[in-house]
Parts: sequence; C-alpha cells; structure tokens
Amino acid sequence: MGYRLQNNDFNELLKELSKEYKLYAPKRFEKRGRFSDTDSVRYGEIQRVEEIDYTVKSHFSPKEIVYPITQTLFYFTEEEYRESQVHDKKILVFLRPCDINGMRRLDTIFLENGPYKDVYFERLREKVKFVMMECKESFENCFCVSMGSNFTDHYSMAVRFEEGSVLCDVKDKDLQSQFVDNKKESNFTPEYVQENNIKVEVPDAEKITPALFEHDLWKDYAKRCIGCGRCNMVCMTCSCFTTQDIAYEDNPKAGERRRVWAGCHVDKFTDMAGGHSFRKDYGSRMRFKTMHKIYDYNKRFGEHMCVGCGRCDDICPEYISFSTCIKKVNQILKEGNHEE
Amino acid sequence: MKNNPLIPHKAKIIEVTAQTDIDITYKVESDLQPENGQFVQVSIPRVGEAPISISDFGGGYIEMTIRKVGSLTNEIYTLKPGDDLFLRGPYGKGFPLEQYKGKHLIIAAGGTGLAPVKSIINYFYRNPEEVARFDVLMGFKSPEDILFQPEIDQWAEKFNTTLTVDSATEDWKGNTGLITKFVADITIEDMDNVEVVIVGPPIMMKFTSLEFLKRGVPKEKIWVSFERKMSCAIGKCGHCKIDETYVCLEGPVFNYTKAETLID
Repeated sequence: MGYRLQNNDFNELLKELSKEYKLYAPKRFEKRGRFSDTDSVRYGEIQRVEEIDYTVKSHFSPKEIVYPITQTLFYFTEEEYRESQVHDKKILVFLRPCDINGMRRLDTIFLENGPYKDVYFERLREKVKFVMMECKESFENCFCVSMGSNFTDHYSMAVRFEEGSVLCDVKDKDLQSQFVDNKKESNFTPEYVQENNIKVEVPDAEKITPALFEHDLWKDYAKRCIGCGRCNMVCMTCSCFTTQDIAYEDNPKAGERRRVWAGCHVDKFTDMAGGHSFRKDYGSRMRFKTMHKIYDYNKRFGEHMCVGCGRCDDICPEYISFSTCIKKVNQILKEGNHEE
Repeated sequence: MKNNPLIPHKAKIIEVTAQTDIDITYKVESDLQPENGQFVQVSIPRVGEAPISISDFGGGYIEMTIRKVGSLTNEIYTLKPGDDLFLRGPYGKGFPLEQYKGKHLIIAAGGTGLAPVKSIINYFYRNPEEVARFDVLMGFKSPEDILFQPEIDQWAEKFNTTLTVDSATEDWKGNTGLITKFVADITIEDMDNVEVVIVGPPIMMKFTSLEFLKRGVPKEKIWVSFERKMSCAIGKCGHCKIDETYVCLEGPVFNYTKAETLID
C-alpha cells in the first residue's frame, strides 16, 4: 500500500515506531571522514528523517547492525561462562537493494553453512525488518546491475525521499497498522537502477582453472595492495572474524570472549601458532578475495558473493578497483592465455 | 541461548605426560566419541581457544598432545591433573577407518602429525587381525623431538615400523634422513589393496605424497590431514576456507584427489 507522508508526519511515524524498534539508517558524522574536513556516512540510530543521509552511498555497510565489529560472546567470572545479552527491541534498517541482497549472503554463511546456526548472528538478524531506500541512480564505482543485486522485493517498506515528504510502499502488516487514515495514499512503487556506468562480466566457473591462480595478474596486486583490509571492512558480504579472549586489567579473574571482524587481506589472517601461514604476499590475498567473491562462494551456495556495491573501490587507499580486477580476470580467461 | 554451539564444557585433566620439553599429552575426562582424526576446540577462559587434534580416546576419556607454541598453549602447559580444560566439538571429518580394514595400511607421520593418527595405530594395535599388513613411518626433527616413545616401542612388536630423525648426534643409533627417503623401502604387493595416510607439516605431506605416487599408489588411496587457522570450527569465521572448501567442515582429513585441488 502506498502513502505520501510529509516529513513531520514521517517523523511522528518514526517516533511511534521507536517504541518498538531501534531505527538504523545511514547518518552523516561530521569531520569523521578519511581526510581532514570530510564527513563519514555510516549506520547509526536515528529519530528523525532529516538525520538520514540518502544522497550518497554509505561508506560502511549496514552489516554491523546484525554483525557488530566487536561482539562479546561470553563473559567470564573465573571459570564460569555467561552468554552476552542483546536488547529486546526489534530493528528497522533503512538500506539499499544491494545491501538487502548482501544480507542474504550473510544469512547464508551464518545460518546455513555448516551443521550449526550462528546463534549470535541469528538473535539480532531475526529482529530485522528492511526499509528499502529506493536507489534509482548509480553512484561512483557501483556495478550492482552486473551482479544482479540492483533489484529486490524483500522489504517491509520501501521509501523514496522527496523534498519535504516521503513516499512509502508498505508491505508489512505490523507497519501497515501505523499508517492511520489521515495519511494520503499514493500509488508509489519503487524504481531500481537499470544501468551502471561500470559493467562487468563475471566469468563462468568452468573456465576458471588452477593456472589462473598462478597468473601474473596477481603479482601486480602484490605490489599495489598494502594489506590494510579496508576493502574487507566496508564490504557488505565480508563476514570473517577472529575470536579473542581478554582479561580485565583491574581484575584478571574476570574477562570476556569476543569476536572481532577479520579480513583476508590483513596480516595474520592465516597465521598459526608454531609459525605456519599461507598467502604471505598481498597478491595472493587479492586472488583469494576475488575468487571468493566471484567464483568459489557461487560454487558452494549458487550465487555470487559480491553484490557490486563498489565500497571496496571507494575506500581503497591504493585505488585498486575490484570491478577492474573482475574485468581483467574475464579478459584473461577469454584470451585463454592463462594456460601458457 | 538454546543450542549455542560455541559453549564449551569443562573437562577435568586426569593425566599429564611430558613427551618432549615442549609437547605434553593431556588425558581428560570426556564422553566424546570422536572419529579418528577429528579435532576439538580447546580453551581456557580469558586466555583463548584453539583447534587441537584428538590424539587418542577411549571409554570416558580423550587425549590431546599439545605443543607449547603460543599464548593459549603456554597457559595449558602450566595445568596439572585435577585442573580443567574447556572443550567443544568434536569437529570435522576424520579418517575413514572402516575403509582401511582388511587392507595394507601405511601411515607416514611427521612430527606432531603423529598425534591425529595415533588412535588409528592403536586401534589396529588392539585389533591386528583387522588389517592385512601395516607399515608405520615416523619422522621427527631430532631424537629429542620424538613423541610417544613407549607406544612406538610397543607398535614395533606387531607392525613394521620405521622411526627416523632429520638429524642427530653420533650417539643416535637409529635412522636419520627425511621420511621421504624411507618410502621406497616399504613393500607394496597390491596397489589396489593399499591405503596410505600421510600427516605432517605441509611440505612433508606434499613430498611424501609424491613419493608414494611415484611408487604407483593411486591418488584415491592417499589420505592427508590439513592444519589451518580456525576461530570457530563451525564454518563461519572464514579462516580455514580454501576455495569453496572449509577445512573445519569438509576436512581436516582429505583424500589426495581433493587435497591436490586445494590452493590456499
């Protein structure tokens, strides 16, 4: 059902919803950007529509809402394990179609891979409803259309922000009940990006051979990548973590077991006690990430991991472009010179 | 939470046996009935958690042989009988023991690689009639690094065992040289009836496999066990993934036909 709400009315709606939901949306954090005098746009809790920055692509993805950067698994008192708790509110997230599609990749890893569900992910994820922010025009570095993630109808509500008002398409019954009679109906249905400036062709899995893994292409990245892992951190679908135990400084008998985001580009990702490690050069790490995003995840789960949001390109301090890397891989396979 | 797979359970240490200056075998109370070659996540609250292979098991206990090489294992090193370890698991796919029964089994183990296969050797030591022929090749860096010496001596009574060290001082009377050197000495009568298990450091497994392939052992008759960094052991943390394979789920034991396709 479609509605047009003036911003004031939408804010009333948010106020009402906030009794039951935590509301997350991309927000502008002034002077918190990568360079001096620049802002950072990332996810945070909001109360008013004016706080939502829909004019740019958020620098970080919404994954941290369901998969926090640092998450306590257990609290320890001497040898007692006690599970961490979460808030009892539901969660409403404002996000774009690519990120909704990205959330399905996280669901797959945390809830479907292996014999057990990740209960720490599940307990936050099951609270979430999506408010899809209409995304009609591509941003810099986006290639969602090529990855098939420009479209989704998996949302509770879709919104279009206009000057002074918000158009809403409401599908969720609980949310629907918040839209009382005095709100004007409209026949709004969201539109989607139809074309990006950047287009990639993801190579067929059967064309990828072990020889590609050894190709000189990766040596170029060995020189350019500095292993900072920013691409991993901003990625909607990177889901790796490392477990850490800590003892509190003022009482070492108490402490926590935590998990913290990890990245395959970052040193120590494969290091084992005793000294063995794998993918020591940064080129191999680029190859590992690339293959995960456009090849082996698909082999395992039937869709590509990469959703083409391009945040990795936006953030890379070495101007490495992931879409360009996909193009290079495809070109090499087309020319067939990886078998040489 | 219901069904939290990350919750460990307490396991009391029954026995502590020093193998070398830095390798210790811990026998702990446990009702786990693992497959040979599976591993558990071992932890001490506030210190850390790590994957450790089960070096033996029986009624009411499991045994792990742990090398003091990091912050967690340094702490484990200080534990004594009566102290507790925390365990979850067992995880992963072990060796297909049933498939080895009635065959000519060859086990080649390098260093701590002997730990995950020790329960297989002990199984056939207790049930020698279940294997047609059994050769055990064991390599260590030096005589000081030899693990499970009393058991090795026992095995020698029933099976054809070869113990070698990479290098030693003159008073060492045994074999010296890499394990690969001794592959040629093993008599293999029927290539279709042989099963070869190779466990050790990556480079040892690679070259020992090549030696057996040179001997004409078919790839599908060779089995290896991988060691990778793991944080969760349940297919979420991503550290152990190679291509589309999760070592914690589909491994750590792989047939060579799969292992040779895995590029880290």
